[in-house]
Amino acid sequence: MGTEIMKDERRVISVIVMNESSVLARVTALFAGRGYNIESLTVAPIPNSSMSHITIETKGNARVMEQITKQLHKLIPVYKVIEHEEMIEKEMVLVKFPIAENLSDIAALCGAYNGGIVNVGKEMIIAQVADEPARVGHFIEAAQRYNPSEIVRGGIVAIER
Amino acid sequence: MQMSGAQMVCEAIIAEGVKTVFGYPGGAIMHVYDEIYKQNGFEHILNRHEQAAVHAADGYARATGEVGVAMVTSGPGFTNAVTGLATAYMDSIPMVVISGQVPLSLIGTDGFQEIDAVGISRPCTKHNYLVRTLEELPRIIKEAFYIARSGRPGPVLVDIPKDITVAIGDFVYPETVDILTYKPTYKGNRKQIEKAVEAIKKAKKPLIYVGGGAVLSNASDLVRELAKKTQIPTVETLMARGVMGAKNPMLLGMLGMHGNYASNMAMSETDLIIALGARFDDRVTGKLSEFARYADIIHVDIDPANISKLVDVDYPIVGDLKDVLENMISMLDGVDTDRYRAWREILKRYDELHPQSYVDSDEVLKPQWVIERVGQLVGEKAIITSDVGQHQMWAAQHYPFDRPRQWINSGGLGTMGFGFPAAIGAKRAFPEKTVINVTGDGSILMNMQELVTAAEYKIPVINLILNNQFLGMVRQWQTFFYEKRYSETDLTFQPNWKALAEACGGIGYDVATKEEFDAALKDAIEQDKVCFMNIAVNRFENVLPMVPAGGALYNMMLPQIEEK
Repeated sequence: MGTEIMKDERRVISVIVMNESSVLARVTALFAGRGYNIESLTVAPIPNSSMSHITIETKGNARVMEQITKQLHKLIPVYKVIEHEEMIEKEMVLVKFPIAENLSDIAALCGAYNGGIVNVGKEMIIAQVADEPARVGHFIEAAQRYNPSEIVRGGIVAIER
Repeated sequence: MQMSGAQMVCEAIIAEGVKTVFGYPGGAIMHVYDEIYKQNGFEHILNRHEQAAVHAADGYARATGEVGVAMVTSGPGFTNAVTGLATAYMDSIPMVVISGQVPLSLIGTDGFQEIDAVGISRPCTKHNYLVRTLEELPRIIKEAFYIARSGRPGPVLVDIPKDITVAIGDFVYPETVDILTYKPTYKGNRKQIEKAVEAIKKAKKPLIYVGGGAVLSNASDLVRELAKKTQIPTVETLMARGVMGAKNPMLLGMLGMHGNYASNMAMSETDLIIALGARFDDRVTGKLSEFARYADIIHVDIDPANISKLVDVDYPIVGDLKDVLENMISMLDGVDTDRYRAWREILKRYDELHPQSYVDSDEVLKPQWVIERVGQLVGEKAIITSDVGQHQMWAAQHYPFDRPRQWINSGGLGTMGFGFPAAIGAKRAFPEKTVINVTGDGSILMNMQELVTAAEYKIPVINLILNNQFLGMVRQWQTFFYEKRYSETDLTFQPNWKALAEACGGIGYDVATKEEFDAALKDAIEQDKVCFMNIAVNRFENVLPMVPAGGALYNMMLPQIEEK
């Protein structure tokens, strides 16, 4: 019997589902009903197919991960569940800065994180960064000194290596 | 062929070979009921509550192994059916429930009798559908039946908006089903089975642990064969009663919270669990960290999610029990049965030390005696259903179940009020068999309106009410764990049971002695009418042995032989 203490780990799961009504509700209801965490979730149709790709960032120990995978697979419209350590993960973030902040400093910061300024209006600057989720976190930390007024993270998308 | 959606529903039900539908009409499902009126391909039983209709379909399914079918209207009709769906879901019972829904144009407007049926039933169905076009209706019904009965069975809801039942279209019922995303695994991996067989041959104290999956998979004969061929002792869960047969020398009994001493000790001391369609439910394992500490585990289950959910499994085998057992048994030719002899001796001594027992009395009827007596009088001929509580456990402990599908009860969800309507469903499937619902004075009132249904359709179900004027199981816990504070469990205010049954077209008996019981049961079987038999039993009788919730399986409270 496995009595060793199992540690919670962050995992990214890709779920390939039939693109039909209420399929997202089935997936999220499963997480809610069985007490699993959703840290982030993205979903979009897969081009030229009747399927959609859901990427879920979650947390749990090995047994919970195994259950999540199996329970997801039990849902009738779920085609495939990919839970893999070797995933390429990317996340996008949009940040709004006041116009008074230094435009070139912000541009340089964004450049360091694979992004740039996407819009400059009368009252604000909007910047975009797309990078690994951890680096997006670092970017947001670094951006704090420029008094961001709004931050929108996009959730993780992942693909198997 | 051109027809309405309502007609399609009826034609599909007929095409699936369904003989009996249980249900209750209402606004949103009226067009379908209009077609039911016109057809004669199946009968419809009007239960007096939607919950009872779904339980009746469930009882029909459990007794026959076929898909049970129930029909309800939208809104409250559907919400009343939810307990029935959840009951079937927890015990993996194949069932299709068809519900009416408000017209498509009204969905989302809080229309009269509108409720989000697929939203509510998502966690308590295997799958569910909201039909959105007439064109997809035949395919959806076909898929619903297929999903309900294939893989790990379960209930499927088909929610049909009223305007779709009115619309006219072309009806072609599909002959086959192909769902790209749903392919259950039936064939067990041969390598895994070989490894498991090696483990069995190496074990010293193996134990077969059979669950309800053996009933669902119709694999009882193979389970018996495995036990006989290997001479490995076997324990049954509540849901597996009847799989081995009460007289089977390899059967130790039922394990778990109210399991017998030998079964629970066997599970605590075994070095190899052979789990067959069982799911390590908390009522079976007791405290997990103390559960079967010395055992490796072989786990055969059709649902991969059941494997390593609660305990780590060493030999996982995903597949249909029947297929896996056929392979496993053929690989066990020449197995050394002597190897397990010492183990069998130990377990035999355990059973002699603390057999399943109770202290009978001449002054007051003991509930266990009633169950035993029914077993002596009708035995294997009867189908026994039950409600939930002490009476359920006494029935499971003391009735001599001889075959699978003879014992019908709500194990997973534990639904009071299940037994009577389930008995109606079972009796409709097997009119020639005596069908007895073992119930209590608490449970029976939760679906007592079914007296009317049973009387109207002449479905003579015998309800044995083991009356201790308590919600007995809760009272038992209050005695043991709440210092005898009997909070809201005293049922001394009672209906006149005999008059109640008679008022609804049935018959009633008041029984307080052994002689009266024998006479009443004989009469009830001869009368062939639905009945309430009010049996006054010892008020403070406890279900024993008992493993307190959260305790280790080997720490049982045992019957006191000296007790009066």
